[in-house]
Amino acid sequence: MDSITFDTAFWLDIFNTYLWPLLLIVGKILLLVVPLIVAMAYLTYAERKVLAAMQLRQGPMMVGPFGLLQPLADGLKLLGKETIIPSGANRFVFVMAPMLTFMLSLVAWAVIPVSDGWVIANINVGVLYLFAISSLGVYGILMAGWASNSRYAFLGGLRSAAQMVSYEVSIGLVLVTVLLTTGSLNLTTIVTQERPIWVDVLLFPMFVVFVISALAETNRAPFDLPEGESELVGGYNVEYSSMTFALFFLGEYMNMILMAAMTTVLFLGGWLPPFGIAALSVVPGFVWFAAKISFVLFVFLWTRATLPRYRYDQLMRLGWKIFLPFTLLWVVVTAGVLLYNHALPGMSAAM
Amino acid sequence: MIEAVFFYVFATVLVLSAIGVITARNPVHSVLFLILAFFNAAGLFVMLGAEFIAMIMVIVYVGAVAVLFLFVVMMLDINFAELRKGMMKHAPVGALVGFALLAEFTWMFKSWSPSSAALNGVAQPIPDQAAISNTHALGEILYTQYVYLFQISGLILLVAMVGAITLTLRRRPDSRRQSVAGQISRRPEDVLKVEKITSGTGVF
Repeated sequence: MDSITFDTAFWLDIFNTYLWPLLLIVGKILLLVVPLIVAMAYLTYAERKVLAAMQLRQGPMMVGPFGLLQPLADGLKLLGKETIIPSGANRFVFVMAPMLTFMLSLVAWAVIPVSDGWVIANINVGVLYLFAISSLGVYGILMAGWASNSRYAFLGGLRSAAQMVSYEVSIGLVLVTVLLTTGSLNLTTIVTQERPIWVDVLLFPMFVVFVISALAETNRAPFDLPEGESELVGGYNVEYSSMTFALFFLGEYMNMILMAAMTTVLFLGGWLPPFGIAALSVVPGFVWFAAKISFVLFVFLWTRATLPRYRYDQLMRLGWKIFLPFTLLWVVVTAGVLLYNHALPGMSAAM
Repeated sequence: MIEAVFFYVFATVLVLSAIGVITARNPVHSVLFLILAFFNAAGLFVMLGAEFIAMIMVIVYVGAVAVLFLFVVMMLDINFAELRKGMMKHAPVGALVGFALLAEFTWMFKSWSPSSAALNGVAQPIPDQAAISNTHALGEILYTQYVYLFQISGLILLVAMVGAITLTLRRRPDSRRQSVAGQISRRPEDVLKVEKITSGTGVF
């Protein structure tokens, strides 16, 4: 009988070409996802603390010092509850919907550059990828609303779906203006692209539109009709309990962080120190990135504490009759101004 | 090797979900299968190196078209048993049409080859992928060589959209709309009257 020879070269080759890259990718993913999930948990804490401070309350104080362990306690509580699947619900779709929502909110992070070169997939079409993933978020909601086999959940699902679809249009046009100034769909290039100050000024209205659309897209106040607790019964998630509910909830917070990250990458200069102050670059890039995300998230929370909820028809009017024409106009204006100043990307090379 | 594995995974799931679209009993499941099929097609495009088309596929088909499908299908109130009743009656007609189509296609593709004029009209193939991203390559062809055709197809879509709106738009006299301008231009003196009332006298 032949002795089984252990072909070292062959296995080394397998290891080098397949296993090692796989391990590397898994390692990178863990490095990104674990801090993200912690950030998400503490975003719920931050939200309660910020709201409390703005309303002259204390917020969570009991669990741990300053209530710092509150997110953990909430998570444990949710885990310990019973998952109820309503009778007559479409089981598979019902369970699938929250998983899909949560997955999509994580998948998008693959292309976000956290610092110089710190990105899992530095693909050429990063912006399109982000747009594609964020346009899929509506499925989780539609599926949840439909599979619950409940009128309230179904109406809630339709309501949120219409809202998300409406604001996606203006987000798409905002992305187009940003692309006009950078000439690349790669997120790293968008961050590092040097923009003259007048281009930033030109982009400022788009920044405002983007932040407002992001609020609507993530179902945050003042557009939180999908879960308007005080005047509507819940929404698409009214039949969900325990972990299935938690996944929706967490997916929503993750989407908030994602939208803040998109704002940072597209408008606030990603990991670069603010205002291009060279002395500040001693602080590592990911710290600036996190700080900028935190700032945008604070604005999200601030809005929630400040503004009353929109009525549904006003929300639709804002999306279709104000943002859509305005962004469309601004795409043309930006293109025109850039063309007039010979500042379109690749133009000076052609001239 | 790994490419082959991924290709077969995408291709198998694509074909299976395409079969699922036409065999699922519940139309909502059909649409969900359709979405899965779109996704796997996008995966195949990525494997071909056509990342732009893959993303557009997801954005346009999954993100927009299938959402509308799902909207419509979810709101349909269909009696499925009723629908399935005529199945056997209509099966021969369906089979006949299918057979005719198949015959036509076989006949056509057996004798089909692009004319020399068409071959000359084909724009230069996409340049080396390392030199230019395929978004740039597509843009350069679409906005130079085919700019008029591109604009015309855009106009056709616009006309279709306007047509759909004009066909379905109806003025409803009983709907009460918010008049924002009216609300903003409303002044207290127009709607409020401040009366000084001394005790013992009424307003009127």
